[in-house]
Amino acid sequence: MIPCIAMSIFSEVPQAPPVAVFKLTADFREDSHPQKVNLGVGAYRTDDSQPWVLPVVKKVERLIVEDSSLNHEYLPILGLPEFRSAASKVALGEDSAAIKDNRVGGVQALGGTGALRIGAEFLRRWYNGVNNTATPVYVSAPTWENHNAVFADAGFKDIRPYHYWDAAKRGLDLSGFLDDLEKAPEHSIFVLHACAHNPTGTDPSQDEWKKIAEIMKRRNLFVFFDSAYQGFASGSLEKDAWAIRFFVSEGFELLVAQSFSKNFGLYNERVGNLTVVARDNENLTRILSQMEKIVRTTWSNPPSQGARIVGKTLNCPELFAEWKDNVKTMADRVLLMRDQLKAKLQALGTPGTWDHITQQIGMFSFTGLNPKQVEFMIKEKHVYLMASGRINMCGLTTKNIDYVAQSIHEAVTKVQ
Amino acid sequence: TSLSHSRRVLNKGEILWKCCAISWWGGVQMGPPDPILGVTEAFKRDTNPKKMNLGVGAYRDDQGKPYVLNCVRKAEAVIAEKKLDKEYLPIGGLGEFAKACAQLALGADNEVLKSGRNITVQTISGTGSLRIGANFLSRFHGGPRDVYLPKPSWGNHTPIFRDAGMQLKAYRYYDPSTCGFDFKGALEDISKIPEQSVIVLHACAHNPTGVDPRPEQWKEISDLVKKRNLLVFFDMAYQGFASGDIDRDAWAVRHFIEQGHNIVLSQSFAKNMGLYGERVGGFTVVCKDAEEAKRVESQLKILIRPIYSNPPMNGARIATTILNTPELRAMWLEEVHGMANRIIKMREQLVAGLKKEGSSHNWQHVIDQIGMFCFTGLKPEQVERLTKEFSVYMTKDGRISMAGVSSGNVGYLAHGIHAVTK
Repeated sequence: MIPCIAMSIFSEVPQAPPVAVFKLTADFREDSHPQKVNLGVGAYRTDDSQPWVLPVVKKVERLIVEDSSLNHEYLPILGLPEFRSAASKVALGEDSAAIKDNRVGGVQALGGTGALRIGAEFLRRWYNGVNNTATPVYVSAPTWENHNAVFADAGFKDIRPYHYWDAAKRGLDLSGFLDDLEKAPEHSIFVLHACAHNPTGTDPSQDEWKKIAEIMKRRNLFVFFDSAYQGFASGSLEKDAWAIRFFVSEGFELLVAQSFSKNFGLYNERVGNLTVVARDNENLTRILSQMEKIVRTTWSNPPSQGARIVGKTLNCPELFAEWKDNVKTMADRVLLMRDQLKAKLQALGTPGTWDHITQQIGMFSFTGLNPKQVEFMIKEKHVYLMASGRINMCGLTTKNIDYVAQSIHEAVTKVQ
Repeated sequence: TSLSHSRRVLNKGEILWKCCAISWWGGVQMGPPDPILGVTEAFKRDTNPKKMNLGVGAYRDDQGKPYVLNCVRKAEAVIAEKKLDKEYLPIGGLGEFAKACAQLALGADNEVLKSGRNITVQTISGTGSLRIGANFLSRFHGGPRDVYLPKPSWGNHTPIFRDAGMQLKAYRYYDPSTCGFDFKGALEDISKIPEQSVIVLHACAHNPTGVDPRPEQWKEISDLVKKRNLLVFFDMAYQGFASGDIDRDAWAVRHFIEQGHNIVLSQSFAKNMGLYGERVGGFTVVCKDAEEAKRVESQLKILIRPIYSNPPMNGARIATTILNTPELRAMWLEEVHGMANRIIKMREQLVAGLKKEGSSHNWQHVIDQIGMFCFTGLKPEQVERLTKEFSVYMTKDGRISMAGVSSGNVGYLAHGIHAVTK
């Protein structure tokens, strides 16, 4: 049969470049070198380089499978109620005044990405008058590479960087950041990483957050937190949520895109929550009604499995305690790897300062390696990391850390 | 100066208040309530023990309970044994799922699959699939922005395409005078659709009317659509669920492909596997060749990543296990057949009940229509009476979900419908 459309309608569709971080893993998989190390994708690994399904998750999954009263019916559009409220509570705290005031709501979403996208779609339609396609959205330089596309595809035409990473001093460029806040048009939207900044691992201190908040309040800038690592960064839920809670206590209306991919190890079940902190319940009600409309044309209603697991865990004191323990296990291993990597580089006498490795926090570290050195690492040493020099600390183990330290040493000394 | 005298120190609370006196969201309008959800809300509030919820678009067994398929429970047990990890799926989802999904729709020996000229990705059920498709067309379709929907169509089609940046038009479909297919009207309207426009076709069990074209009518539609050079977007949410036979329900899709249409196709496993809340679906683009399929795939990934990065595993894993395990697949086919049969039986019993009540109207359309929904032909005033006097809840357009009908309440329903139509 001859196709009726002789000229394909899709003949002009260009080949898109692969998403870098997934291509890295694909290349790693194809590599047969016995000492290869994958420091690319952001997923936790045990000291045996294995994925880790949290013990509490295994336990709760069994409970779910054994519960014959559960079915596979549709969740409400905004998601599983007990998951949403528990998720928002985790971010804002047990004794959150905002929650007590009934002005906090959650929208269950597909991972942190889904939460960001629903939030972005909402802001584009409803923030500061309607139709915000021209409202500037600021993302940190650098930032998670998907932030840009999320806001662009949501319709924002003006996405700008704000100063964040100071490559020279390998730390936060606070004055650049504050300057951008002062100069941003009023009502601009700022995407802030709540903790464990991706990709630099560099977070503002509490005092620095206070300075940031002061300017944002004074200049009417909108706060959109991306919280993908609560608990995972320091091992403490409270500590990792300090910035969010501070901003809420300062009276900001804000959005928080929460991911439970990392801190629950539920990457592929797509568990996220968009927490909305509004001025009062009346505003919240109207906001959530519009969120429903956006969700309805995106995925209708969210998947139930992951939300059930997280909801059950957060709402049961024993399981909640067990979960916090599991989270601390992950965070502690990362902290250990940081200590050891720095110690080994210092022992090798690798040129440069390596304090940033232990000063940075969370899954990622911005090593400071330049693109040529990164290429060397990949091609010559079979150590895979992002072109930005970002490494996933979870890819380090007691078994490979010597090889990685040695490889970094060679990259720095041999390649300029 | 007077200024400094009149100034006073504001305490922290007042500062907070002044800063937040104007909420960001003052201009946010209250969204309209979802018409279908509203039906369920009202149903919940009703205390009449005989109340019936015929708005629900989810299958119910003869006791009116949600039905978890046995093959699903078995598949879940198999999966639990495997102790799989929770690592991210690829952007396009579980590969084995996509393959099984395409095979189910097209038939395992379809030339399209053999030549690799389709790209199929796992999506967030049917809605997610339609949205990805709409976004893809919006970005890459060089033809008109217009998407032609049958009149009427599923309520969510319009906002999905609109939010994706497309424009909506309609072609005649349902004939209220016959409660059947307006074949003549459809052909007339389709013959006028500008070339390269997008036309949405419900593969089977049209939602909301339950009215499907017959095979010979599909053939004429295919010829006309080919003549008009239209891009066909099939929505198949009920494969297996309509007639009870998965191949029969996919006939139109396969015929169009065989006739040379390079279609785009949305599939849902919400109904036919009862996996509603797990969000299992697929989106397929039939391309010119494998090379084009690769390019299209790369662009679909670029579209998907900023929406949800990658899809959820659980439901796709269940569906794949069922489709690829012969014993479970056979079990599934039987269960799907069972669900479809129960619906067909309820249709027959409803018509028999109406006859018994002494109704003089022609209710043949209740039996002729297919799938979960039935367009009764009831007018809004009659619907209102049915709800108020008999606590039978349905949408204003006269649509009822046959899934909400059981052998225990079909007599009551017939009684109510007769009362408001005699």
